[in-house]
Amino acid sequence: MNATLSSKLPGRIVLLLVFGFLYLPIAVLVLLSFNASGLPTSWSGFSTRWYGALLSNTDILRAAGNTFIVAVFATVISTVLGTLLALGMETRRRKSNGLEALAFAPMVIPDIVLAVALLTFFSRLGLTMGLHTIVISHVIFDLAFVCSVVRARLKHFDFSIVEASRDLGASGWTTFWRVTFPVLLPSIVAGALLAFTLSVDEFIIAFFTAGAGRSSITLPMQIYSMIRFGITPEVNALATIVMGVSATALLISQWLNRQQQVP
Amino acid sequence: MSFNATRPTLLAAPGVAWLVALMVVPCLLVLSYAFFERGVWGGVEYTFTLENFARVADPLYAKIFLNSARIALTATVVAILIAYPAAYAISRAPRMSQPILLFFAVLPFWSNYLIRTYAWIVLLNREGLINNLLRSLGYTGEPLSMLYTESAVITGLVYNYLPFVILAIYSTLSRLNPELMEASRDLGAGPVRTFLRVTLPLTLPGVAAGGVFVFVLSIGNFVTPALLGGGRFQMVGNLVYDQFLTANDWPFGAALGAALILTMIVLLLLQARATAHASGERKGEAAQ
Repeated sequence: MNATLSSKLPGRIVLLLVFGFLYLPIAVLVLLSFNASGLPTSWSGFSTRWYGALLSNTDILRAAGNTFIVAVFATVISTVLGTLLALGMETRRRKSNGLEALAFAPMVIPDIVLAVALLTFFSRLGLTMGLHTIVISHVIFDLAFVCSVVRARLKHFDFSIVEASRDLGASGWTTFWRVTFPVLLPSIVAGALLAFTLSVDEFIIAFFTAGAGRSSITLPMQIYSMIRFGITPEVNALATIVMGVSATALLISQWLNRQQQVP
Repeated sequence: MSFNATRPTLLAAPGVAWLVALMVVPCLLVLSYAFFERGVWGGVEYTFTLENFARVADPLYAKIFLNSARIALTATVVAILIAYPAAYAISRAPRMSQPILLFFAVLPFWSNYLIRTYAWIVLLNREGLINNLLRSLGYTGEPLSMLYTESAVITGLVYNYLPFVILAIYSTLSRLNPELMEASRDLGAGPVRTFLRVTLPLTLPGVAAGGVFVFVLSIGNFVTPALLGGGRFQMVGNLVYDQFLTANDWPFGAALGAALILTMIVLLLLQARATAHASGERKGEAAQ
């Protein structure tokens, strides 16, 4: 008994320390967002006044609106393109290394490089930059992530049921909507949620492709300009909300992914 | 199979077109800028030159590159040193709780990067939590200035990328055949020797994958140095940022970006080779 306890103890201490390191900073932020004084120096009572202050801050509200618009459009486009790309890649007879690299690159390319490349590209074309250019840019990495999530599902997909459906006389179209699509749906939704989260949080590429006007500032850009010069209590509240939304989307996405592993 | 030969191509076409037109072409375009001269008004003068690349190697900029590499390397080593024991502990936890532990180790990675970095401003600030804690413990000296230091930048990088390293190392640890360790113990090797000669070499691909990831993202980072370094620490990412948004020297910025991409490709290839090497070894063992 004693031996197993002593062999488990170091592992538990390590986990406690690492999880402490990962979660304490976030916990402090969340706690501070409810601190009446808003200052980290002392606890002056529970209050939601900083959340109230957010609601009356028109800059933040506009930025949140912009972020929502960008994320919705980028998610819809990338979900369609990413799913089709996944289907195309998994049903190919021969694996193409070029195609693999192309679909993998958006996930590993340093975002500063992609950001300056897109800025150069859009200005070379003489395109006016704004929310639309952010959407176009976000679709690049969003579709790569959707594609990889859907492909993971397709790897375990039994294509013989597609064959069965065709043998029974269903057209390719009917087969897709009645057989393939329902099986893939959880992974498509999981991929879409992931794309949405990535888009909501993305800062660097949006920063470079937003153009000059204040009208296309997204939430991360707004947060960046607020935290550059120290602590503001409103940011604590905003951060808590943003993290809550991301964590919820991710939990749902994970849950959907888990569901489909148990067919 | 009902999928005929052309359908996969048709299905993949829109996504491929998007990636080629909006990722490959822009990257090639910006790369081509690196070979031209800077225009008088900040644009691009289409006269061929290699001067931008020469400037990357200029001691002034090479120093920033090396400095970034040093900071990125420190962050990488620290992240691996923290992530390995964590991944090991998770892989030793009861089977049922492993996915949950792993999920919560990775969860912070998916929350906003800026917010995670901001959390450290709150902690390290002169009026921040750590200084307050020290004061309440009876420390009466000057508040420590922990923010806007190189250590703050490294802490931020480690904090932000740690979850991925844990994930990468865990994935190799969980695939490890426990019989190999047992065999090593049966043959008389102690726990330390077993770890160093069996476990560690077999999990190096995970360490390499996590390490390359931290290094690549750290060296090109501009947010963390700007926020936690207070702009006092120039890293390659900041330099690229400046060339494009303030100095308006796009050709030089493009050359810096090319150097960054080249570093990344070399590291990814090395990592792929290390992984292939390790799996080749494993296959060899199996054959024996």
